[in-house]
Amino acid sequence: MTETPLFQLQAQSFHYGAHCVLRDISLTIRRGEKVALLGPSGVGKTTLLDGLYRLRPELSALQPQSGGLVELLSAYQNIFMGGLGRIGTAAALWNLLRPLAAERRAIEALAQRLGLEHRLWYSVDKLSGGQRQRVALGRALFRRQPVFLGDEPLSSVDPLQAHQLLSWVLEQHDTAVVSLHNRQLALNFFERVIVLGNGGIIHDGPTRELSQSQLDQFYQQTGSSTSLPSPAAASAGEGWVIRTS
Amino acid sequence: MMPALTPDWWRESSVRRLNGVSLLMLVLALLALPLADFEVYRSEPWAELGRMGWGLLTPAWEDPSELLWGLVHTLAFAVLAIALSAPLGLLLALVFHWRPVRLVCAALRSVHELFWGLIFMQLYGLSPLTGILAIAVPFTGVFAKVFAEIFLQQSRQPATTLAPGVNALKRAAYTLIPQSWPALRSYTRYRFECALRSSAVLGFIGLPTLGFHLETALKQGQYSAAGALLWAFLLLIASLRYWLRGWLLVPGVVAAVWALPDTVGFGTGGSLWRFVTEDIWPRALLAGDWPGVGRWLAWLWQEQIWPGTVQTLALTQVAVAATGLMVLLCYPWASRSLMGPWLRWPGRFLLLVLRCIPELMLAFVFLLLLGPSGLPVVLALALHNGGLIAFLVANASDAEHPRQGARPGEPRGLLRYAYVETPRRYPAMLALLFYRWEVILRESAILGLLGVATLGFYIDSAFEEIRYDRAFLLIVVTAFLNILVDGASRRLRGSMVR
Repeated sequence: MTETPLFQLQAQSFHYGAHCVLRDISLTIRRGEKVALLGPSGVGKTTLLDGLYRLRPELSALQPQSGGLVELLSAYQNIFMGGLGRIGTAAALWNLLRPLAAERRAIEALAQRLGLEHRLWYSVDKLSGGQRQRVALGRALFRRQPVFLGDEPLSSVDPLQAHQLLSWVLEQHDTAVVSLHNRQLALNFFERVIVLGNGGIIHDGPTRELSQSQLDQFYQQTGSSTSLPSPAAASAGEGWVIRTS
Repeated sequence: MMPALTPDWWRESSVRRLNGVSLLMLVLALLALPLADFEVYRSEPWAELGRMGWGLLTPAWEDPSELLWGLVHTLAFAVLAIALSAPLGLLLALVFHWRPVRLVCAALRSVHELFWGLIFMQLYGLSPLTGILAIAVPFTGVFAKVFAEIFLQQSRQPATTLAPGVNALKRAAYTLIPQSWPALRSYTRYRFECALRSSAVLGFIGLPTLGFHLETALKQGQYSAAGALLWAFLLLIASLRYWLRGWLLVPGVVAAVWALPDTVGFGTGGSLWRFVTEDIWPRALLAGDWPGVGRWLAWLWQEQIWPGTVQTLALTQVAVAATGLMVLLCYPWASRSLMGPWLRWPGRFLLLVLRCIPELMLAFVFLLLLGPSGLPVVLALALHNGGLIAFLVANASDAEHPRQGARPGEPRGLLRYAYVETPRRYPAMLALLFYRWEVILRESAILGLLGVATLGFYIDSAFEEIRYDRAFLLIVVTAFLNILVDGASRRLRGSMVR
């Protein structure tokens, strides 16, 4: 007996405005899978993640690329927003004036893990890019959902911390689909890699069947589908940024 | 709208499009000229103007406590009206996508504060409640619309990270409202300034604010006293930015409640129900006498609605064109690029003064000088609105102009005005003018209170004769005109950017 898959797409197309970004996507993601989403910028990773979120909004915590932070609120309030679904209206409004004691303890513990304990009461417009990303991650974690959908969730966080946080986030969630810049992170932490390119999926398989050099090739194919077949261009990584820290 | 009928030049050149729209407005104004009454009824306006000018230069007030209370009452009405209308408008803005809410807000906005004042006065007499409601009711409609527009400009991204079932109130409290907080605050501040003007003007219908004392002083020819009142009002508005702070809200409201004036005069005992169900409807209608309703309507149409509408629209059109000309003439005197960093200050000061003084006060002064014709109305509207827009245009010009002065090779003086500044500012200027179109219409209707035969004149007479049915219908007509002009202005603004 097979359980129903968490996300299932069959020959689905995604549009951004009038422009068709992804065509005929067929994809199945089951509970418990940890999937990395790779591909150059503008290839449709964000669109696909938004599409997945719309399939299961009641189970998923989405961390959008921009973070979706509210500038004037403190880091604490921005993280707290993740828990709004669990907290009554009156209590939630009161929390804007005075933080609720229990939630405050929970969020302080979370901030400790995120390295934000000294920034919790700063409004987020005063935080650096990496700190803002960790606040956004905190909000997604405070949603306490089984599925994590992250759109380059750690691109501005320093490499060491990114490693630690990514492994922790994956521990906290049963299922995860995360788009990444960093291919090494994808190979280290995920069991399955999906590569997008040319308006569709160009690779979907277990990580152990994939090496760094194979990945490089995918990037080349999409980047130079019409010209430049030479292997010499492999190292340059022009056109889109690939960081391999 | 109709691509087949749009000529090529309309699509090919933005300049021609703007010029076309401007020319249309100008031609309409010329056509309206013969319809409006522009007679000068006073024989020696210049001597009187001289005395007024002298009064302005020698402000004096015999009883300072009276002046002080006038100021305090003006402030109190404005504070309480804003404290009431801003939160209400915020709540309505959250449900602004709901059509009935939009319609109700449009209706509230389209009736001028003074008309609301006249309505509430029938119910609550010359009481603080009348003053507060007269400002708060239309302002609620304005706040709802503007706040909803501000919300539309915010990013939807934060809301997508919340749990899907979170209710609208929690969602707004954590995303939309904090996201747009700076914009909401700055608009509320601006609106407070408007509320002060409205509150002062409410004195003209008898509430004990600055307008009341000003009207008395001017009528009695005590121009030094009028000068003192005007300077006090200007100082109040000019100093807002130095003392208006968010934390003052709660103590301000408490102080305002304490400072409210006593109720004077009559009222229908506050029977809102009787007013709404009986007083404002024609007797014939309540009696089911349909031919009688027809006769009543036909008479009202012929004697009041039609002439009042024609006069209101004609004055509005002339005033809009005059405002445009006034802006073109005045903004260079206040801009850094044309007058230099220091010489622009007298111009800026004058424009600020014009912006601060309500149209009704200006019109009242001109009316004393020139007699009750359309001329004072157009002058007052053009000076106030022209001053306001010219100030904004000059500011926009300064914001782009480098502090070090013009780049080498750029034209100077008149050439710079004609070739650089005016073409750059013109689209925004025209957009502002169309925004003010609706305001100018509302004001030219209300200036009928001073005796010019616009719709406000007939409304005022109807209230005086206690013909609430007539007043009600005339107010509805005025509101409807307003909504029409608002729609036309939105269309024109849209066609300019397309």
